[in-house]
Amino acid sequence: MNNKQIFNSFLTLSKKEINRILRIWTQTLLPPVITQSLYFIIFGSFIGSRIGNIGDVSYIAFIIPGLIMMSVINGAFGNVVSSFFTSKFMKDIQEIQVSPTPNWVITLGYISGGVFRGLLVGLIVFLVSFFFENPQVDNPLIIALFVFLTSVVFSLGGFINGIFAKKFDDAQIFPVFVLTPLTYLGGVFYSIEQLPEFWQGVSKLNPVLYMVNGFRYGFYSESDVNIWFSFGVLLGFTVFLAFLAQYLLNKGVGMRE
Amino acid sequence: MNKPAIDIKNLSKTYTNGTKALENINLEVKSGDFFALLGANGAGKTTIINILTSLVTKTEGSVKVFGHNLDTELNAVKNSIGVVPQEFNFNIFEKVFNIVVRQGGYYGMDEKDAIAKTEEVLKKLELWDKKDVVSQSLSGGMKRRLMIARALIHSPKLLILDEPTAGVDAELRKGMWEYLIELNKSGTTILLTTHYLEEVEELCKNAAMIKKGQIILNDSVKNLLTKIDGEIYVVETNKSINKDVIKKLGINKVDDNLYEINVSKKKPLQSVISQITKDKLEIISIKPKGNRIENLFLSIIKK
Ligand SMILES: Nc1ncnc2c1ncn2[C@@H]1O[C@H](COP(=O)(O)OP(=O)(O)OP(=O)(O)O)[C@@H](O)[C@H]1O
Ligand SMILES: [Mg+2]
Repeated sequence: MNNKQIFNSFLTLSKKEINRILRIWTQTLLPPVITQSLYFIIFGSFIGSRIGNIGDVSYIAFIIPGLIMMSVINGAFGNVVSSFFTSKFMKDIQEIQVSPTPNWVITLGYISGGVFRGLLVGLIVFLVSFFFENPQVDNPLIIALFVFLTSVVFSLGGFINGIFAKKFDDAQIFPVFVLTPLTYLGGVFYSIEQLPEFWQGVSKLNPVLYMVNGFRYGFYSESDVNIWFSFGVLLGFTVFLAFLAQYLLNKGVGMRE
Repeated sequence: MNKPAIDIKNLSKTYTNGTKALENINLEVKSGDFFALLGANGAGKTTIINILTSLVTKTEGSVKVFGHNLDTELNAVKNSIGVVPQEFNFNIFEKVFNIVVRQGGYYGMDEKDAIAKTEEVLKKLELWDKKDVVSQSLSGGMKRRLMIARALIHSPKLLILDEPTAGVDAELRKGMWEYLIELNKSGTTILLTTHYLEEVEELCKNAAMIKKGQIILNDSVKNLLTKIDGEIYVVETNKSINKDVIKKLGINKVDDNLYEINVSKKKPLQSVISQITKDKLEIISIKPKGNRIENLFLSIIKK
């Protein structure tokens, strides 16, 4: 395929993904808005008012970036794993498999869907947060960089999960048993400085911590960890997962007998 | 000389669970041919097709499509093939039009061209009035025609159809046959699998028969048909056939006044009938039994 053809194929796949997200918006866009609003109300308003500030910011302001990140992570991951697995299940993935579309374009197409949903959901949650607090925005560039790369990383994660998944349950296991704990323990609701030293060390093994803190730094210029190191972690995961996805597709894992 | 559309040499496939689906297959399909791949359930037909369309990896052997090697020129192979799989494999929530246009996109076509070609193939396959319908609400025969339309979007030189007329009614089947013949006449090589001998007789020039992963016969359809040694008829009578006649003709009694009779060149229909009606017996009905292609297997396998 020449570049033009490759681009056409990518565009086809990407549009298909985006159409799907918009078509079933009650499943893709609405739920995170409702859940995160509940978090804002319960943790932010009811409980947060008794907690006081973390660093220089109020508790509700502190959790806003974390909650946005949480919906980005779930949206990106969930979109790719369910869309890709459904295509495997319905076998319409074969439409792409019999075509000359290169594997990296397949990955890129699905990732574009995950990134689209992650960023869109993130944006909506950000807008909703204004009902509760006016979050300060110190550094939009850092915010954009972290949220974009995070959505890429978790889209890739969802894609790889989809490659291995053989039944619908397999598409649920990783989100429930790995993703949710990592996010909840990734400094969305607290600063790890509040933890005993041992648990601070353990927390630093959690990649989500770096994403949430880097992102939060963009808002309040405060972070539990060095933000360049965070950036490095994110970049490292992006590259690693991209190569893993390519390797698995080339080997035909979960796709070819 | 044109390169053969399909050139398969020493092809073997063992699935990861240990099933030997193909053993040392050699098969050549000439460019422009209309070729039938025959065989009982589980013989390995779909496996061959899936290897050609890179849905299944081969274990051993070489595959060339119009001279392009599957291992080294995969894209050229993929561009020359359009495939209609045995099982439905489209998104059931998607509209007919979108399914076909998108397939063009995956082959790298510009959207404008893909849309124009989609209109052409959907009209040809009498699906144009269904273009905005969600695919799951199509009838079984329409779904199959949708897959044919989709397979033709990039104007492939080789069209592969895995049981294309399963579930298609007689009238539409005729229409589909005509369309396939037209495609073949305009230069498209066609390979199909089927369980209906009528389809082979009507459409195909050459055929191969595969049994348990091995080619047991590869010949022109004309020669193949001469190998059918007789046909079994189910005969219903108004009273029992004479015991001696039953023995002499090797008649199989199924039920009271219901018989199966093998009619062959040695025992033509006329002589069979005159022998059983000898003693004032009347034939109430007579019809060929079941699938002729199965009879063909039986007669070939017996040899
Ligand atoms: N994915 C698979 N994994 C393991 N074995 C398989 C797989 N697909 C097919 N087989 C086995 O390979 C053999 C050939 O199957 P294949 O589907 O090629 O038959 P077929 O000739 O197309 O049959 P049918 O007329 O029923 O469609 C069968 O024994 C089948 O069970
Ligand atoms: Mg089959």
